[in-house]
Amino acid sequence: MSNPSLHRESRMSRTAVMALMLVLAVYFLLPIYFLIVAATKPQGELASTNGLVFTHFNLWDNLHTLFTRSDGIFGRWAFNTVIYAVFGAAVGTLISALCGYALAKFRFRGREFLFSVILGGVLVPTTALALPLFLLFSATGLVNTYLAVFLPSIVSPFGVYLARIFANASVPQELLESARLDGAGEFRTFFSVAFKLMTPALVTIFLFQFVAIWNNFFLPMVMLQKESLFPITLGLFEWNGQTARAPLLQMSVITGSLVSIVPVIVVFILLQRFWRTGLAAGSLK
Amino acid sequence: MTDTATRALPVAAPAGTRRRLRGGGPRPGTIAAFLTPFFLPFVLFYLVPVGYALWQSFLVVRRTGGQYGTSYTTFGGFEQYEQVFQNGEFWSSIGRIGLFGIVQVPVMLFVALIIALLLDTPLLKLKAFFRITAFMPYAVPGVIAAIMWSYLYSPQLSPVVDLLQDIGLHPDFLGPGAVLWSAANVSTWLWTGYNMLIMFSALQSIPQELYEAARIDGASNWAIAWRIKVPIIAPSIVLTTVFSIIGTLQLYAEPAVLRQISSNISSTFTPNMLAYAVASGNNYQQAAAISVVIAVITFVLSFGFMRLTSKKAGL
Repeated sequence: MSNPSLHRESRMSRTAVMALMLVLAVYFLLPIYFLIVAATKPQGELASTNGLVFTHFNLWDNLHTLFTRSDGIFGRWAFNTVIYAVFGAAVGTLISALCGYALAKFRFRGREFLFSVILGGVLVPTTALALPLFLLFSATGLVNTYLAVFLPSIVSPFGVYLARIFANASVPQELLESARLDGAGEFRTFFSVAFKLMTPALVTIFLFQFVAIWNNFFLPMVMLQKESLFPITLGLFEWNGQTARAPLLQMSVITGSLVSIVPVIVVFILLQRFWRTGLAAGSLK
Repeated sequence: MTDTATRALPVAAPAGTRRRLRGGGPRPGTIAAFLTPFFLPFVLFYLVPVGYALWQSFLVVRRTGGQYGTSYTTFGGFEQYEQVFQNGEFWSSIGRIGLFGIVQVPVMLFVALIIALLLDTPLLKLKAFFRITAFMPYAVPGVIAAIMWSYLYSPQLSPVVDLLQDIGLHPDFLGPGAVLWSAANVSTWLWTGYNMLIMFSALQSIPQELYEAARIDGASNWAIAWRIKVPIIAPSIVLTTVFSIIGTLQLYAEPAVLRQISSNISSTFTPNMLAYAVASGNNYQQAAAISVVIAVITFVLSFGFMRLTSKKAGL
């Protein structure tokens, strides 16, 4: 930085870079900021006041309306979403971990073949599966049940892919050999030795699957007619479609959207570290 | 990486030597017990539906004795596929999504790359803030994102429309020409940060020494970014492109939400919406054929793109 012209150039580019990033930050934050402002307003002021400026603080009333509307159906949707996402991701992570670990650490015939089938599964568009699954599930009476959404959600080929990479990277073969020498069975070795070593990786897999299920819309839409089984995304979609006839619903759509994104955003910011390790591993060839 | 490491390994322990202390590994039964919890649902909820859709797509429903006769299902060969390819709505949905992808995917990935590169230079302050800000939309479900943006598009409620009108512009975000790009904006908003983070993670794993030599030779940050960093993270860029292609062909939630406030989105706006509309009309065989065609296009494009780029890069 002793060269004065270099110094000037770098100060100019610093300013330009900062300006560009600020514009982008405004773009990313604008819809969320708008949603926060809108959720605090009384319905009557949505259209009549500037959407970016706080007016009368009516958030508590809006929340009360949201959670009491149609016998508290929104609370039910929130509960359903948590059930689908938490249990689906937990079961999904466990079975991905077992499978990925076995593919990484055991030697057996057909291992590479199985792994390529799973990799092929990563590329299958999941929406293309929803319609045939609906037909199969209606033949077995599963349509319109929790299981119709839950069961397909536990399968994550990407999770197995990550688990295999992580098991290779974080579980030393010698440790497994010595556990075997001590007479520990394979499952005991997995749960007492490998599981601990893979924990950060498993958190990553859990998060990816959790978000995928939390955000899922097409599968529940195809599978469910009963409102009491809806996740939030499907419920708000239905409400949003009725706002033309029932304008007062608009306020609940807005407040409900805010309620549904805040917990996930908070979890995201707290667990950032895991995202970065997961994405870094996923991008390795 | 995994390929070369595993190919050299012996495949299976010879019979009779199971439970050797070193190298033999666990019994087949134990291995199966590890694999089955994943593979059973994988087969049931991934492979079987794929097979079922394929099978369905070769069936047709016919009627005996005119319109009011009894219907029966029979093998129809490629009849469903012929209908798909003769369907004007199918081609216009493909055309729309093609246009969408050709514009939206490069724009989104370019912006993602720029942010990732800027986060990786010493030029920028407040890095953590910008990284989180860009990534945050990934936490928002597509449906909710589309609802949020639809309020920003709507002429009655939008502060953005108000602002633009104040400076004399009269945008119609939901008009026939604009609505496709309004949907593209929602996708860009949602996925830029995710793609940025994939590229950023790859950048972070490049050893700093690589840049030292270039710096000593007087290379600018700009030159280092484009000549050294971008080529090294090319595999990540390919990966994000493939994921984006898959995502684009599956597009459903965002246009479905915008359809609730704009008459310029038909029920067959994207191929996936068309498949759903056809299935809702109880023509499952036709819907299956459409799904199969979408999946095949997805495979051809993603593999094609991977082959093309790996040849070019000489990998």
